[in-house]
Amino acid sequence: MTTEAITLDSHSQSTKPPSDAASHLLHADFGERRRKWFSHFVVALCGVSAVVVLVPLASIFLYIINKGAPGLSLDFFTKLPTPVGVAGGGLSNAVLGTLTLIGIASAIGLPIGILAGVYVAEVGKGRVADLIRFFAEVLSGVPSITIGVFVYAVLVVPMKTFSAFAGGVSLAIIMIPTVARTTEELLRMVPSQLREASLALGVPQWKTSIFIVLRTAAPGILTGVMLGIARIAGETAPLLFTAFNNRFLSTRLDQPIASLPVQILTYATSPYAEWQQKAWTGAFVLVFVILILNLIARLGTRRQVGGAS
Amino acid sequence: MMQSNLPAPSQLPARIVVEDLNAYFGGAHALHHITAQIPDKKLTAIIGPSGCGKSTFLRCLNRMHELVAGARVSGRVVMDDIDIYDKRVDPVRLRRRVGMVFQKPNPFPTMSIRENVLAGLTLNGIRPKDADAIVQHTLERVALWTEVKDKLHNSGTSLSGGQQQRLCIARVLAVQPSVILLDEPCSALDPIATARIEELFAELKNEYTLVMVTHNMQQAARVSDYTAFFYMGDLVELDTTQRIFTNPKVSKTEEYVTGRFG
Repeated sequence: MTTEAITLDSHSQSTKPPSDAASHLLHADFGERRRKWFSHFVVALCGVSAVVVLVPLASIFLYIINKGAPGLSLDFFTKLPTPVGVAGGGLSNAVLGTLTLIGIASAIGLPIGILAGVYVAEVGKGRVADLIRFFAEVLSGVPSITIGVFVYAVLVVPMKTFSAFAGGVSLAIIMIPTVARTTEELLRMVPSQLREASLALGVPQWKTSIFIVLRTAAPGILTGVMLGIARIAGETAPLLFTAFNNRFLSTRLDQPIASLPVQILTYATSPYAEWQQKAWTGAFVLVFVILILNLIARLGTRRQVGGAS
Repeated sequence: MMQSNLPAPSQLPARIVVEDLNAYFGGAHALHHITAQIPDKKLTAIIGPSGCGKSTFLRCLNRMHELVAGARVSGRVVMDDIDIYDKRVDPVRLRRRVGMVFQKPNPFPTMSIRENVLAGLTLNGIRPKDADAIVQHTLERVALWTEVKDKLHNSGTSLSGGQQQRLCIARVLAVQPSVILLDEPCSALDPIATARIEELFAELKNEYTLVMVTHNMQQAARVSDYTAFFYMGDLVELDTTQRIFTNPKVSKTEEYVTGRFG
């Protein structure tokens, strides 16, 4: 009886000040006002940062379009460079050279990158995979000029010449970590039920990895390939030591070859106005090619995600 | 559906004889000394609460268990007088004799309906001359032919859930197994699709030995001839379905089938 009275009493006491609680809810105290102000401040800071990120990107684009577009013509893609003082001409050697270098780099880098990704995701689970992933990450962080110097030492010096092949190898080395990483991540997204379905049908592991898992992830891996190509298309530093440059159209892999980035460097640092104009136009073309590759990659990812859900 | 005149499982010709089977996940002992005989050309249901080891047991029968990192098996599983855990047995070849149907229908999304049916053959390098006949016959077998015969080149994932599951069963049949393992094959399907798949099982057991894990006791009672009750890694009881559900020998079994736990 007494305990009941006590509990009743304490109950009524705890529910007694409802007016206090209500006023607490309705009237902000000083601490709360400060908290709200700080929240607005942080949101504003984020907004300003976002604008700061976009400004250089937008201004680079506008500047390059502004400076580069006027020099754009069919000649730019079909004619060779002219000597100083001679009007006209184009950068067909650099356009073709960049395509050649991307081709060599893809021929070497894509199979290695994709198979390394398959290995890490499907076969070498555990410590070996962790080790390979770690080295791939380190490799993707190595400055590209270092890779250029390395290829110079192991290919250019023994071959006694700069070459398209050496340029392609250096770009392939830069490309491999990106491709391997994307491949691995996309293979992990493939539902394990498909792997099991295949294995339970008596399909060997390697065939399951290639014909079921890799095939299912193929659209997404294409995205990784596009990003990998976009990454190397604008590389300049490694090419200085490997592909060097060439004023003429070259299709030989054992000879120096021109490329858009190196040609841009050469022309942009020259004192001649026509050359500088060509450098701007070259930059414009390069940025657009990379932009288009990124767009294709983005569309590919969206399709992959849409298809998986 | 329960047949009351079935003999005890040990009195029938056994398709699979399990002797002192133990399964482990790393240090965890998932199955303890399982000894059982799975009768030939019957449907044996495996029931038990979640985590009792029923799926693990099923996966020991086609050596899918060992694909999990750290998983290990000891004991014998004898089929056709050969221990499937013998060193000379290639698990890949075993899995063509012991097919498996999974909980979630899993047709290969990059393949058409036709390619899905033939997947087990083509992926193993077999290019059958009578591929069309195999596709038709197998799809007829799973009662899917009339529904899909005009869209064989559509994606397998364009079908409904129940149709996808029947396609997955057709994919297993095309490899010509003698045993089919069913891992909760209807748990992702609606009641109508479930009923159709159950009808299919009733037909298939004339030719194949079916082993089905199910968490649905009504389903076990409806479709199976024999039932095994697993609890905490032990095989508590394996008997005719009728006896398991009406007059089990072990009180634990009775408690489970009457819904007192699980």
